[in-house]
Amino acid sequence: MEFITRFKNALVLIAILLAQAIALAVQVRTPADDGAPDGRKVRLIRMWTTATVTPFERVAHAIGSGTRHGWSDYVDLRHVRQQNRDLQQQLTRMRIEQAAIAEDALQGRRLQALLNFRERYVGSLVAAQVIGTSGSDQTHVLTIDKGWHDGLRPDMAVITPDGIVGKLRDVFPDTSLVLEINDQSSGAGVILESTRIRAILRGTVAGRVQIGNLTADSRIKPGETVITSGGDQVYPRGLPVGMVVNIAPDPDHQPYTAIAVRPAVDLDRVEEVLVITGTQADLTPGAQQDLSAAEAQHAADLSAERLPGIHDDQPPAAQPAANATPSAPSSPIVPAAVTVPHPVPAVHPDRFSPGSTPPAAELTPGGKNSPPATQPNPQQPPPQP
Amino acid sequence: MATRSYMSRREVEQQGFSLGIALLVPIGAILLQVLLPRLHPALAILDLPLVITLFFAVSRRSPIAGTITGGTIGILQDVLTSQPIGVNGMAKSVIGYAAASLGSRIDVENTGTRAILTFGFSLLQSVLLYLIERHLLGIREFHLLWLHELLRALVNTLVAVPIYLVLDRFKRQD
Repeated sequence: MEFITRFKNALVLIAILLAQAIALAVQVRTPADDGAPDGRKVRLIRMWTTATVTPFERVAHAIGSGTRHGWSDYVDLRHVRQQNRDLQQQLTRMRIEQAAIAEDALQGRRLQALLNFRERYVGSLVAAQVIGTSGSDQTHVLTIDKGWHDGLRPDMAVITPDGIVGKLRDVFPDTSLVLEINDQSSGAGVILESTRIRAILRGTVAGRVQIGNLTADSRIKPGETVITSGGDQVYPRGLPVGMVVNIAPDPDHQPYTAIAVRPAVDLDRVEEVLVITGTQADLTPGAQQDLSAAEAQHAADLSAERLPGIHDDQPPAAQPAANATPSAPSSPIVPAAVTVPHPVPAVHPDRFSPGSTPPAAELTPGGKNSPPATQPNPQQPPPQP
Repeated sequence: MATRSYMSRREVEQQGFSLGIALLVPIGAILLQVLLPRLHPALAILDLPLVITLFFAVSRRSPIAGTITGGTIGILQDVLTSQPIGVNGMAKSVIGYAAASLGSRIDVENTGTRAILTFGFSLLQSVLLYLIERHLLGIREFHLLWLHELLRALVNTLVAVPIYLVLDRFKRQD
């Protein structure tokens, strides 16, 4: 009894540390039934704490975004017209690029169909606002304002138009926790775009993103684009991930290399995200419509390049040449809308000039060809064989 | 001539806080910790829960209270991260215990002493987290970035000193 009284402070510390160590061991060793990162009880604790913190985060987010939007939408409107013009030019350029790649996309789809490859396209998205963080630079978790009630489920991919952000770690009724790709417990299947090398992307303790399961390969260079492979069953194939910035030997895992990747998304400043709530085997109707329109535009461009001058919308310079031939018969079979092009009359016609050759019925096998007939003399008899 | 005051051992040990302050200040610190990195990502280097743990542990001078306070704040921090619950809890339990034990032996009312304490305990927490992550959880990739941890300790110290001065106003002599 005296021992307990004398060392009660230390005993309390040891008891608390022991309890937490056992709790840690249970969390790490006990896999959850449904593949979730935490067991049911831990998930409940996280849900209660998040539910307590979230209202304050929502209020802070509303105040912050209200202030920012008030400033940017009503006060700071300098250079908006210039930005608008730039965006319109960018849109025009992108439409041209889209038309150029439409045929490649269609060809790719035909080849995939031949290979019986089932591509998964993004089917449905839910937009969400980032309202909080984990508050630590050792873990990279975001809190978003959408949850179970909005159709979100664990392990759904979270993206922005620039690239992938992470996946849903925990989903609560009205909020969710997003595990960013630079968190140390995060991972994603990726492909190096030009070399087509498959790899696994992981976050590091320092909050960086790297590929660590590849041996040294001279084909991999800084600047190479990294995209998702789709093999992890979380991120659909082909989404931008980032760019290779550095390749160095991995001191912790020899003989592998640590390929540092700069994420396509600025993960520290994400404001709005899109959660992929569903994928499908075919393109969405809107995307299919866009693709068809782009294909039609591309085909029209090709026709315009290969068959100049047969349409009404061609330059009018060809019209006088056609009208300059007085002997051109107006055929009732040819529609008026379509003008058959005719060559310009030669200044010094010879026997090779168009129109100088008599009809085939008047020619005799082995006979001499007629002289130039551009100046026909009605008095002169036709040549005899 | 400087005025010196004397507090008996009993008076020193009876410093405390109202229940509202004891509850609201740690929760407020955790909330701020979650919200500040939204303003600027670099603010994630701060550890306001550590500062609050140190303040309460040193002020109360009770190792048991310090251990419980530190453990509770640390667990709340863990819940909001992707880490297993208990990583920060264990580290801050030790910090709370050590700070309270030290607080009953030296003069912790001095600003300089408080700054040195905060700097030292911030580094100690970094070492504890390294030990827990690397050896208890077996994360081989976890490395201690000394320069980063020194910077974190310095930033925590700079922020802690004015916070201590504000929170001193809520002390209550029982």
